[in-house]
Amino acid sequence: MMKHRSHPLWKAFLLHRISGLALALFLPIHFVILGLALEGASALNTALAFSDLPFVKAAEVGLILLLAIHLLGGIRILILELTHLSWDQQMLSRSAFGLSAIIATIFLWSAL
Amino acid sequence: MNSNAKTLTVTVDRFDGDTHYQTTHEVPTRDNQTVLDVVTWIQQHDDPTLAYRFACRVGMCGSCAMNVNGEPKWSCRTHVSKVVSGDASLSIAPLRNMPVLRDLSVDMSEFFDKWTQAVGYFVPTKTKDDPLSEITSDDRARAKANQSIECINCGICYSACDVVAANDAYLGPAALNRAWTLMNDERDGARQTRLDAVSGDAGCHNCHSQHGCSTYCPNLLAPASSIAGLKRQTLMNLLPWGPSDD
Repeated sequence: MMKHRSHPLWKAFLLHRISGLALALFLPIHFVILGLALEGASALNTALAFSDLPFVKAAEVGLILLLAIHLLGGIRILILELTHLSWDQQMLSRSAFGLSAIIATIFLWSAL
Repeated sequence: MNSNAKTLTVTVDRFDGDTHYQTTHEVPTRDNQTVLDVVTWIQQHDDPTLAYRFACRVGMCGSCAMNVNGEPKWSCRTHVSKVVSGDASLSIAPLRNMPVLRDLSVDMSEFFDKWTQAVGYFVPTKTKDDPLSEITSDDRARAKANQSIECINCGICYSACDVVAANDAYLGPAALNRAWTLMNDERDGARQTRLDAVSGDAGCHNCHSQHGCSTYCPNLLAPASSIAGLKRQTLMNLLPWGPSDD
C-alpha cells in the first residue's frame, strides 16, 4: 500500500521528476533539429515544417507545461534549500502548478 | 466511556519469525477509541500472542508507532474516528523500513545506530567548573534548534521516507534532524565533524524533498527543513570565506 505517498508534496516531487525526465528526452531531439541548420536551409525547413502539424503543436503546449512545472518547481526547491524562508511548501507547490497551468493555457490560446 | 453493539473489522499484519500472514478481528467500537486501544483489545480479548510496543499512551515516549491504513501514525494519539470513515475497516501493520521482529514490533537498532553515525549527540566544550553559556530565547541559532528539538524518536519519519526505502545507508530524517539541532547549539564542540558525517554518501544530499517526514511527524516538526538547513550549511562550508554559522 502506497498511501504514504498521497500527500501534495510527494506528488510535487513526482511531477518534478517526470517533467525533468521528459525534458531530458526532448533536449536531444531539439539539438538534432537545430543541428540540421549546419546542413543547409532546406534540411532545417523540412524539419520545421513538421512542427506545423496539429499534434506537434499540441505537444509543444505540453512541452511548455513541462518546462513551467520544472522551472517553478525547481525555484520552490531552491527557496527551501538555499534560503531561510520558511514559506508553506504545500502553498508554494500548488502555486507553482497553478501558474504552470496558466502559462500553458496562454500558449494553447495563442496556438489556436 | 459509552459502548454500543457496533464492531470494527481490523486486519493486522503478523510475523512469527518465519512467516508473514494476516489476521482479522472484530473489535467493539467505543467513543474516543484510539488505534492503540484497538490493538490492546485484540491482544487482551482475541489473540494474546499479538506482539506490539507501547509505554506512555500519551504521545511522549514514541514507542507505539505503526502503519495505520497505510500511513505511519502514533497509535496512542490516533483516534479510530479520524482514520476510519463509515463502515470501512482498519488495517494495521508494522512500520516500514525496519526489520520486523514479531507482528507489530520492529527492530529499531539501525535507526538509532544512524543517530550515532550522524554524530547526533552533544559534544561538550566546557567542564562543570566553567560558567554556564548564556543563550537567550531570541538567539537566532537557538530559535532554529527550537523548531526541531521535540523529536520523540518514534521512527515515523524514517518509515514514511522513500529514500530510506531505496537506500539502506541513508541516515534518514530523524538522525539528520537531530544533527541540525546540534549544529545550532553554540555549546557543541563537534560541528565540523558532524557536518562531515551528514554530508557524505549516506547524508543529507540524498534527500529528494518528498516531505514524507514533515507530513507525518506527529509532533509537527519539519525534518525536511532541517535537512535543507544541513544542505545549506555544507554548501556554505565550501565557500572560500569558510564555514558559516548559518
